Amino acid sequence: MIRLKLPDYKYQTEKVKERFSRLKRRSITMEVRNLTKKFQGIDGPVTALKNINLKVHKREFVCVIGPSGCGKSTLIRTLAGLEEATSGEILLDDKVVTKPGPERGMVYQEYTLFPWLTVKKNIMFGLLESGATRSNAESEARQWTSLVGLEKFENHYPSQLSGGMKQRVAIARALANQPKILLMDEPFGALDAQTRAKMQVYLMEIWKNIDITILFITHDLNEAVYLADRVVVLKANPGEIQEIIEVPVPQPRNPSQFITPEFLATKHHIETLIHPKGELKEVDNLNLVRMVNVKSDIGDVF
Amino acid sequence: MPFLAVRKPLSKEKRSLVAILSFAIPLMIWSAVSYLPFVWHPLIKVTDAGSVDYFKANMLVPRETFEFEAEKSVSAGLDPPSGLPANPLYLPAPHEVGKALYTAFATEPRRQSEKWLHESLWSSIQVIFWGFILSSMLGIPIGILAGTFDFFSKLFEPFIEFFRYLPAPAFGALAVAILGIYQAPKIAIIFIGTFFQQVLVVANTTRKLDPALLEAGQTLGANNRSLLLKVVIPGILPDLYRDTRILLGWAWTYLIVAELIGTSSGITWFITQQARYKNFDNVYAAIIIIGVLGLFIDFLLAYFGRRFFPWKTT
Repeated sequence: MIRLKLPDYKYQTEKVKERFSRLKRRSITMEVRNLTKKFQGIDGPVTALKNINLKVHKREFVCVIGPSGCGKSTLIRTLAGLEEATSGEILLDDKVVTKPGPERGMVYQEYTLFPWLTVKKNIMFGLLESGATRSNAESEARQWTSLVGLEKFENHYPSQLSGGMKQRVAIARALANQPKILLMDEPFGALDAQTRAKMQVYLMEIWKNIDITILFITHDLNEAVYLADRVVVLKANPGEIQEIIEVPVPQPRNPSQFITPEFLATKHHIETLIHPKGELKEVDNLNLVRMVNVKSDIGDVF
Repeated sequence: MPFLAVRKPLSKEKRSLVAILSFAIPLMIWSAVSYLPFVWHPLIKVTDAGSVDYFKANMLVPRETFEFEAEKSVSAGLDPPSGLPANPLYLPAPHEVGKALYTAFATEPRRQSEKWLHESLWSSIQVIFWGFILSSMLGIPIGILAGTFDFFSKLFEPFIEFFRYLPAPAFGALAVAILGIYQAPKIAIIFIGTFFQQVLVVANTTRKLDPALLEAGQTLGANNRSLLLKVVIPGILPDLYRDTRILLGWAWTYLIVAELIGTSSGITWFITQQARYKNFDNVYAAIIIIGVLGLFIDFLLAYFGRRFFPWKTT
């Protein structure tokens, strides 16, 4: 990859440039202002997030990526209201939010479907909480199950579904509440590569056809570049925004773009941000003495 | 598949075989002790007193005494006594207890005021039932609240932790003073024996619910009330059911102590009365009936459990 001559990731074609300028004129769905989050660690307070500032525009798809321990999950949990911010503000359509609520849908890596409810009833949960009548909730839940292609499974329990299907239900359940933003915490992390690719295409389809803004956490570079309008790169200790990248890959996306120069250039740039050169320290090297028996039939694997 | 494989389930046939063995082995040991004259049998049952003046037919005498008297009569040139090895009265043979399982029910009480076995059993079941229901009606809600809200946990649990170390029978005299001598104090002892454990067990089960489910509920707009009623309670229900089954077993173990309080009654009265008459076969029969009843109720609950929670097994 490095040996290829790649364009500058900042280079955008006219069409892409024009799209970003339109995107930036859209209203702001979620704004994060000076968000700082400190935990009480074993040896004193630990700053998990420091001065996070971020604006997510309406119907934008933003991915957050960073090395492990950079506070990605803390960030999204704080945005969802599941963790309290130490300082700073989170605004949703210009209103400060502090507690979890149905206007911020959440999808986790672990499926978190209610195992005692069928697919349909899982989707109905939020609708009933928001005061819908049973019959309305039921007909709406039906529409959502068919939207994610699970009509045949509406009376199945989560334990009877595959991982990909469970995640489709989780997405439908979150979307049924018509949230302003969908917060996704490594939603496809537990899926196998094939299902994962399918789910990415799925999510793009949903995003195109439904009025929804998405903030998506991932540790997978391909996934981030493939899905996002903009990628927020975090760094660890403390978790700070390192760079916000406008992905130069034209929309609508399709899997053949994985090997286009602009895709590779963006990916390469993020890679160097997350794993700077020379990061591999001595501690990371294996320290193996020769363990293969000298008389072994196969003395050398090469 | 061998019989001993680490954490691998046995095949269906092997499982049944081993389950049968689990009852057959104790029964075989009991039979061996009862029917093989050379195993234990510390007494001699006199069949013919011979010349020993204080021996009578069917009398049980220690082996040494018998041998001493036999030698004495032989050396005196008199008729020696004869007898067969026997076990003490308190160890009846399996077939005697087996017969007693039926005759205990069919034997008329010696006095008019006394109860038939089935009446005694029914009285015991009522004590267990009310004690356990009252305990559950209070203990389960308090346990769920304590497991859900730290406030209730800190409010109830320190006191309950203290109280559960107090042995329930210690409250016997108090219970009689307050509640009289009939069923009420017995129910109270079952309650005291069950309730405090129940709160702690239920609270723990509630705390084990995956917190991610509660968070999912919150992000779907559930308030505290909904979280409790629509997430916590349905989420813990199968485990709660299992806890209840285990706790019901504990309640049974308090039965005998409870029934000794005030006027002795129920199966305990039957057992003590039969022991007084030296009908040990009936005593064993009654003990076995308690075991069988407990096992039967547990089987029944397990069966319904599988029906109630279809999402758990599939």
